[in-house]
Amino acid sequence: MKVLWLQSAGCGGCTQSMLCAAPRPLFDELRDAGIEFLWHPALALESGEEALAILEECAAGRLAFDVLCVEGAMLRGPNGSGKFHLMAGDGRPLTEWVERLARQARWVFAIGSCTAYGGLSASTPGNPLEACGLQYDTDTPGGLLGAAFQSSGGLPVVNIAGCPTHPGWVVDTLEKLALEGLNASDLDEFGRPLLYADQLVHHGCARNEFYEFKASAQKHSDLGCLMENLGCKGTQAHADCNLRPWNGSGSCLRGGFACIACTEPGFESPGHAFQQTPKVAGIPIGLPTDMPKAWFVALAALSKSATPKRVRDNSVVDHPVVRPTVKKGVK
Amino acid sequence: MKRIQLGPFNRVEGDLEVNLEVEGGHVVSAQVNSPLFRGFEQVLIGRLPEDALTIVPRICGICSVAQSAAAATALADLAGITPPPNGLLAQRLIQATENLADHLTHFYLFFMPDFARSVYAGRDWYAPVAARFMAVKGKAAGDVLQARARFFNLIGFLAGRWPHTLALQPGGSTKAMTPAERIRVLALLREFRAFLENVLLGDTLEAFSALDSEQALLAWAAGRNADFPLFLHAAGDLALERTGRAADRFLSYGAYGLFASGLWQPDAPPAKLDATKITEDTRHAWLADSEPLPPARGETVVNAEKAGAYTWCKSPRYAGQVVETGALARQVVAGNRLARDLVERHGASVTARVVARMIELAGVLPAMEQWVRDLVPGDPFCLPAPLPESGEGIGLVEAARGSLGHWLSVKRGHIERYQIIAPTTWNFSPRDRENQPGPLEQALVGLPAGDGTLPTVQHVVRSFDPCMVCTVH
Ligand code: SF4
Ligand code: SF4
Repeated sequence: MKVLWLQSAGCGGCTQSMLCAAPRPLFDELRDAGIEFLWHPALALESGEEALAILEECAAGRLAFDVLCVEGAMLRGPNGSGKFHLMAGDGRPLTEWVERLARQARWVFAIGSCTAYGGLSASTPGNPLEACGLQYDTDTPGGLLGAAFQSSGGLPVVNIAGCPTHPGWVVDTLEKLALEGLNASDLDEFGRPLLYADQLVHHGCARNEFYEFKASAQKHSDLGCLMENLGCKGTQAHADCNLRPWNGSGSCLRGGFACIACTEPGFESPGHAFQQTPKVAGIPIGLPTDMPKAWFVALAALSKSATPKRVRDNSVVDHPVVRPTVKKGVK
Repeated sequence: MKRIQLGPFNRVEGDLEVNLEVEGGHVVSAQVNSPLFRGFEQVLIGRLPEDALTIVPRICGICSVAQSAAAATALADLAGITPPPNGLLAQRLIQATENLADHLTHFYLFFMPDFARSVYAGRDWYAPVAARFMAVKGKAAGDVLQARARFFNLIGFLAGRWPHTLALQPGGSTKAMTPAERIRVLALLREFRAFLENVLLGDTLEAFSALDSEQALLAWAAGRNADFPLFLHAAGDLALERTGRAADRFLSYGAYGLFASGLWQPDAPPAKLDATKITEDTRHAWLADSEPLPPARGETVVNAEKAGAYTWCKSPRYAGQVVETGALARQVVAGNRLARDLVERHGASVTARVVARMIELAGVLPAMEQWVRDLVPGDPFCLPAPLPESGEGIGLVEAARGSLGHWLSVKRGHIERYQIIAPTTWNFSPRDRENQPGPLEQALVGLPAGDGTLPTVQHVVRSFDPCMVCTVH
């Protein structure tokens, strides 16, 4: 399976993240799954004319390839000219290259939230960059390729969202495709592969015990749940970050900072400080989506009153000060 | 006179185009162009100051921690606070992990594959270099990806994830390490050390760090079987120690409390850093023209139709002069003897820039081992850092590629102005209003170019380890 990769207005972080694939080195892993890069801007040997020749052959339909991976937002500005991002050595807008190549690709993957939904580039007030995603403009279908776009393989754009995206999300989606294909039923409502997006970040979070008792962190580096005060959206964000660790054993929550829901369209403009939880009358707005508010409030009050001392005391310090009780003499 | 346009210049971070004027097979003039504009300085305006910690890492996926460190430093400056000792050590460790990983990624994945090009077939070093460093297919690729991914596990422990962590805060780090994690992190550092010693250098880090002159370096490398000595062999054959000289004026903001800040040039006493001498010029950028402004008063206003403009990159200058930044600058300013000897003999060069990265890999890792030992589990990692309603802050740090500065001002609790000068903005800057070409534009002049020539231009461009997404924010 041949993969052609383009980078547009992104930070390159999705590629950098992908290179951290584990446990096997990325290139070995992909090669043995029958996947190869036809060209990749960060990795391929060919540059300049050689590289442009490969892209032109693909865009003209003379060189077959399977997957077009695009990383970074589409910049249509200024005034629809695409001049904010021209292909180096060529002078044509990247948006034009992407449109031509997407028509030839059997499948089109948006790598990361910029490419999927527009990302930070689209969140400048008034969007002077005229940035958008491949098939979404924030959470609205449309984007560069249009709401109706389907690649010749019969799928809309596959949105491997995340800022950046996790290496496993990209590698596993590519390997699933190579192994047995992808169907519309493998994607959620925002085009994200269910293999990682039918879970919530909250699942498997090391702070779940604190969450149960609403024993909340008050300040950065506290051990408690980050939902009530520090902006955590783990109960609403679709991703498996605490089940499939980052960089060995990490995750945002394990690192001590909130999940900002980087896999969701529009995460970059939450309308409140990223690391603070907006509240109405002391109750966080943006509660878990599948729980009635009244229940949440009632349960939170109850669980707070039942919080064990260990959980309560440990939630507001940066290392445990009360150990789990050791029972003596139990036979 | 012939014009050559080079691009896409891949295996750099982001988008780069190089335009050369060539006469008699040699470059007589070069223009360096970043054909991408991202406009993060505008994204930041009107946001809450602490939101910068979420936004700025997303400027760059290869040095997101450096961006984050600059913002955290600027906010700490605004708040007038200093993180506690554990917080500072954790911040250093997180930054150093990224910087060293960058050096490694650059050497193996971005820089060396050019030596595996078929034009070099027939050189006595070609066969082993091609076998190791061929893009994607070379044997070294697997080794280095494994070592790099494992090394980044440090960030898993210290900062949750990479890229784009939110762990670095003005008050320290959000992740207080446990005693168990401290042991694991030391083990990871030993594992990375083993890779550097066995695969990259072929010697102990300490033995490499003791090299104090070009002569000592070459004697050390002779007959040594490892990846970096293999590069030195090829570089010597191609005379890269005399290729790619720019202005020979070096800037560093200083790093980790280990490397001093300042300005250094040959035949002049080393000068203290004076950040008020920094200005940015927009004459040849697609940005509204103004007098060169200090970044605290800088503007970024698009003018896509501007005559005479050829890039989105501004021209930062120090006291009106062109300066180079990066690992070589950092080591020369800090007084590393090997780096100084190379520069005093030949000026800055492809070889010297690569050697400087190795000096940092060999020198910083032992420091990291010490920082981990110095952590005191139980002591605080992060202090609250309430921000004032208005004020200004500056964050000057060193990214792998050199000096990175953030200047912000806050009014009524929101960001009023945010200006960033990234390392590659210095190195890949266009001409300024005095018509002084930027460092790379200078370094390309005189190189062979055109049909059938060696990829010398490629080596020189990549010797700076450019990061164009940072440049254009
Ligand atoms: S910190 Fe976030 S993800 Fe973790 S338990 Fe609390 S709400 Fe869930
Ligand atoms: S925890 Fe949330 S913010 Fe962090 S990577 Fe996962 S989805 Fe993104």
